[in-house]
Amino acid sequence: MLGEAIIKGMAVTAKNFAGSYVSKDRLPTIQYPEERQVLSEAVRNFPFLVYDGDDWEKGLRCVSCQICEKECPPKCIYIVKSKDKKPDYLGKPQLYPAIFDIDLSVCMSCGICAEVCPFEAIMMDQDFELSNADRFGGLLVNKEQLARSHDHHMRIRPSEAGPIEERRAAAQAKAKAAAEAKAKAAAGKPADGGD
Amino acid sequence: MSAVLDHPASPQGAEPSITPPQASGTPVFAVTPRAREDGGIGSDLLEVSMGPQHPSTHGVFRMDVVLDGEVVVKLKPVFGYLHRNHEKIAEGTSYLASMPYTDRLDYFCSMTNNWAYALTVERLAGLAVPERAEYLRVILAELTRLQNHASLCGFLLQDMGAMGTPLMYAFREREKIIDLFEAISGARMMCNFMRFGGCRCDAPRGWLQQAARVVDAYPAFLDEFETLLNENEIIMARTQGVGKVSAEQATGASLTGPILRASGVNYDVRKVDRYGIYDRFEFRVPLGDHGDTYDRYMMRVLESRESIRILQQALRDIPEGPIIDPKSKLRGFKPPVGECYGRIEAPKGELGFYLISDGSTNPFRYHVRPPSLINLTILEDMCVGHSVADSVIILGSIDIVLGEVDR
Repeated sequence: MLGEAIIKGMAVTAKNFAGSYVSKDRLPTIQYPEERQVLSEAVRNFPFLVYDGDDWEKGLRCVSCQICEKECPPKCIYIVKSKDKKPDYLGKPQLYPAIFDIDLSVCMSCGICAEVCPFEAIMMDQDFELSNADRFGGLLVNKEQLARSHDHHMRIRPSEAGPIEERRAAAQAKAKAAAEAKAKAAAGKPADGGD
Repeated sequence: MSAVLDHPASPQGAEPSITPPQASGTPVFAVTPRAREDGGIGSDLLEVSMGPQHPSTHGVFRMDVVLDGEVVVKLKPVFGYLHRNHEKIAEGTSYLASMPYTDRLDYFCSMTNNWAYALTVERLAGLAVPERAEYLRVILAELTRLQNHASLCGFLLQDMGAMGTPLMYAFREREKIIDLFEAISGARMMCNFMRFGGCRCDAPRGWLQQAARVVDAYPAFLDEFETLLNENEIIMARTQGVGKVSAEQATGASLTGPILRASGVNYDVRKVDRYGIYDRFEFRVPLGDHGDTYDRYMMRVLESRESIRILQQALRDIPEGPIIDPKSKLRGFKPPVGECYGRIEAPKGELGFYLISDGSTNPFRYHVRPPSLINLTILEDMCVGHSVADSVIILGSIDIVLGEVDR
């Protein structure tokens, strides 16, 4: 009969329409911003710079090796190395970025900077509410705006931040022990020399 | 003028049914003679420029159509509006930095684009892919095929005037697969997941079980979709016999993918090349009989069913193990001097990458063989003799993504 399949199709739409009232599966709409979807841990948006401790300027992990700047596909990272050095978490003197800018209007959220960073200093954030009235200056973010604490990283991506934290704590303990041993040896030496 | 009118679609030998051009004085609007010496489109028929912002052209694509009344007499696809220098950019950056750019070729299927590029570089550099990564790649590629075919069917129906309903049903299903991509790679569409010699990271806990649930629920959606559409009288009237491509025409135009198989040519790179681990899975390659728009639609539905079979086998057999070849490295990656062509069966057809390495960190030559562009070249032969409205659904059934056509 002509039109039979159309009636069958109508039955399908009717089933979906009625189903949308009872089955969550058939009505996937979320009433943003009142309702919010739980983001999965892997979600990545724009990069941020990780710092340890409370002071972002002191705790910044970045040593301005400029690997991310070189590997960034759209070249949205701009780094100027510092002239002086400051001690890192192991007490070793390291350079730090005098300027670290990312142009978010150029960044394509690929995550390669976070992947290639050997110091675990740059990670991908999940903050997506970044609308701005100034599309030039407003989206060019400096290192102060990029700095996020390690706790933030732990909150958004615990399975990535956890092992990093353990590794760094172990290295720190080892460095501390080595420094103590060295100090002890140094303390003992003058006494030996005096003899 | 005669060159155009000799076309089989035009009434042979009959006088054109429109006002003939006047020898002098003001020409009549819209039938103004526009004959050109250089052989381009020029006729005293109505020339319409469809696009580049026409919603039915799936992006910034233009069709210069010459119409005899409602019937297409000549058609010239014009593309390049989305050209963004992909190949040249890739020659200027490292091998790794091109990976996120491949996401943006066919932005519906970033996983398969990644795979095609990774496969080529792996052949060039002689990297081996661990078992688990091979299985993950198959799972992700087949999920990509599912969501691409679902959204294609939705868009095709949208082009036919089924306002929203089939498209929304398709997107509801696509959303579940996109969520899986997000959970494993961090991005819904621009996944950037494959690496040379494996994958970027392992699947998070529970991901494979979630994927199995999505795959198991998918046939129910396909059943519903087929009940809704397959035998619909309007769809049959609109698509059957429209935009026919014979097997000779299809092979002559080097079409690939579902559009080639709809014409009855048994050619699937998964079967022919058996790249990756496709020789381990049992699946059939559906073939069409008529090569018309209806067959091309059905081909997508049937291929989705076969993809589900592959997915079920892969999800059952996936082993534990490392995810990336320990020899591969991210920074300072330099493949040996040589050249290589790698290809896979992307949802739209054969996607190939051709690379020449001069031993440095950048490829010396980087070329993409995009299925969308090459499948589009036959558009004129498909559309001539059909109405404008039909040419829209013919274009929809080819399944193009302008990001890949223009690069």
